[in-house]
Amino acid sequence: MKLFEYMGKEIFSRYGIPVPRGKVVSDSRDAVETASELGQVVLKSQVLSGKRGKAGGIKFPATSEEVITFSSQLLGSDLRGVKVEKLLVEEKLNIQQEIYLALTVDGSLRVPVILASSQGGMDIEEVPEEKIIKQPVSLKTGVMPYMGRELARRLGFQGKALSQFAEIVVKLYRVFTEIDAELVEINPLFLCDKGFVAGDAKITLDDEAAFRRQEFPRVKEGSPLEERAKSIGLSYVELDGDIAVMANGAGITMATLDMIQYFGGQPANFLDAGGGANVEQTSKALEILLATNPKVVFINIFGGITRCDDVANAFVQVKNMQEITVPVVIRMSGTNEQQGLKILEENGIGACRDMQEAAKKAVELVKGGDCDGYLCCS
Amino acid sequence: MAIYVAHNAQVVVQGITGNQGNFHTRQMLAFGTQIVAGVSPGKGGQLVEGIPVYDTVAAAYEKHQIDATAIYIPAPFALDAVMEAVDAGVKVVGCITEHIPLHDEMKLVDYARQKGSVVVGPNTFGIVTSRGCKIGVAPSHVFRDGPVGVISRSGTLTYEIVGNMLAHGIGTSTVVGLGGDRVTGLNFVEVLKEFFLDDETKAIVMIGEIGGTAEEEAAEFIKANPVKPVISYLAGKSAPPGKRMGHAGAIIERGKGTFENKVNALKAANVQVAVLPFEVLDLVKKVLK
Repeated sequence: MKLFEYMGKEIFSRYGIPVPRGKVVSDSRDAVETASELGQVVLKSQVLSGKRGKAGGIKFPATSEEVITFSSQLLGSDLRGVKVEKLLVEEKLNIQQEIYLALTVDGSLRVPVILASSQGGMDIEEVPEEKIIKQPVSLKTGVMPYMGRELARRLGFQGKALSQFAEIVVKLYRVFTEIDAELVEINPLFLCDKGFVAGDAKITLDDEAAFRRQEFPRVKEGSPLEERAKSIGLSYVELDGDIAVMANGAGITMATLDMIQYFGGQPANFLDAGGGANVEQTSKALEILLATNPKVVFINIFGGITRCDDVANAFVQVKNMQEITVPVVIRMSGTNEQQGLKILEENGIGACRDMQEAAKKAVELVKGGDCDGYLCCS
Repeated sequence: MAIYVAHNAQVVVQGITGNQGNFHTRQMLAFGTQIVAGVSPGKGGQLVEGIPVYDTVAAAYEKHQIDATAIYIPAPFALDAVMEAVDAGVKVVGCITEHIPLHDEMKLVDYARQKGSVVVGPNTFGIVTSRGCKIGVAPSHVFRDGPVGVISRSGTLTYEIVGNMLAHGIGTSTVVGLGGDRVTGLNFVEVLKEFFLDDETKAIVMIGEIGGTAEEEAAEFIKANPVKPVISYLAGKSAPPGKRMGHAGAIIERGKGTFENKVNALKAANVQVAVLPFEVLDLVKKVLK
């Protein structure tokens, strides 16, 4: 789960990482009032996507009139498909340099890694590889102050800046481990007259650790359907196509999407229904698929621990409970496949056991092909 | 021969009295796995399927020779369970549990490596040596002894591919599930090394997916060590960047881990890459000839 910038900065503040003075507001009047306390300010739209600046979500008002104009423009506006509900009003700083500093997990080294660059401010993906310092962290030691000082030296800092930078790295590592983050990123980290100040805060929390990190408010980052799927424990991602897909297992779901594309179709979503196959879960998953108004629904089940007859029974029940108005292609193979196919057949639902054939069929049906015994309800 | 777990490896099940642990204990026994003990805190002294249950792994270790463990412990307690097994001296830890916090995964993998133990997983279907040792949750009917070693990041896709090979008479030596998370105990390179040394394994199938750099690292290793033929299938070609496709590891981030990059790296290492999962069979047939 991603946190909004203002939440990230509240956390930084708690850990003693300097942040600009500021306040989060949700109407222009508060924006003006805050600005009058702070002097020259920056207005920053609180949305989760990066590149806010380029999308026009960050403004530098010169007068209090402009604070009103800009804040009312931004609040409620649509920033790349997301509604701006809050603004962070912050003091404008005199910046000497912008640095990049982050902690994340290196999957191939299997340990945390510090990423730092003297070229902060821009998207880190655009910074040349040789300008980024990558420092793996031993879990045994964590980040010691000397490691921060060495990092500071390599970035070209001296004197007071060197020690202050080291302190920030140590504190950032504490944030990273203590809140179970996947990523904590300060980009840019400003170097100003009074030292280092975190210009931004990008924090992604590990969803799997949510059970022990309940102090954070739930930030919705997906589409309404993605949020609904998440709330019932399904792994669901919206895509652009018109073939709704449900499979069991992340790998096979991905392979199903690839296969649809291979045969010239476009998947509408990724939905991993997981191992379970009870009626309730299947029914909820189907509801989500149908809510996307697909042209075809493709269900791809490999029976391992999941039994094909269970899935078949679940589908029959769902079909009897709700009206399905689009063609459905079901593929079933593995544990109890004969029983599963028979149950479907007895209920007038066509199915097959070959994944490739089924994928091809789903694509044909989008293009108006004949149902040939598959479930065509239109 | 086989890798990591021999056909007669002696196995302990942690969480044997839980729902999952109990169900899969029966499945593993039916496959022929030699389960010598179970662990369930507070339930020491009981019998499950005729298997003695102990309160701690150390207690089981005092009474039995234990080569490997199968862990079916809920995520919040998995770190504790892995460390317990490693500390008791278990050398192969099958950590089946999914949804383990990332920071716990780093700790448990780090701890095991320090102590010289191998973690298979977390979030894996397990590891199966076809000639009689299944650790984990894979469906038994897709495994029969044969010359192909399999390394995979994904469960059902593995059953699909291995099942298809078996339907055409080609069996597997050992099938290793690396796990779907960003941090796992094993990577492709480490398992490839083992397969290259295993006499029984004549060819290797790598089932990868988008995200991370494990496939690229494997490609580099194979290029430098062209010991046995390697076939690969990768899932996630159609996945857009920034979207996590179910597995925590399957996400294209910062321009890294793209499908194209992986395919190119593998091809440059002379690895044949199947376009569709079922083409793996034909490619395997060719190299076994």
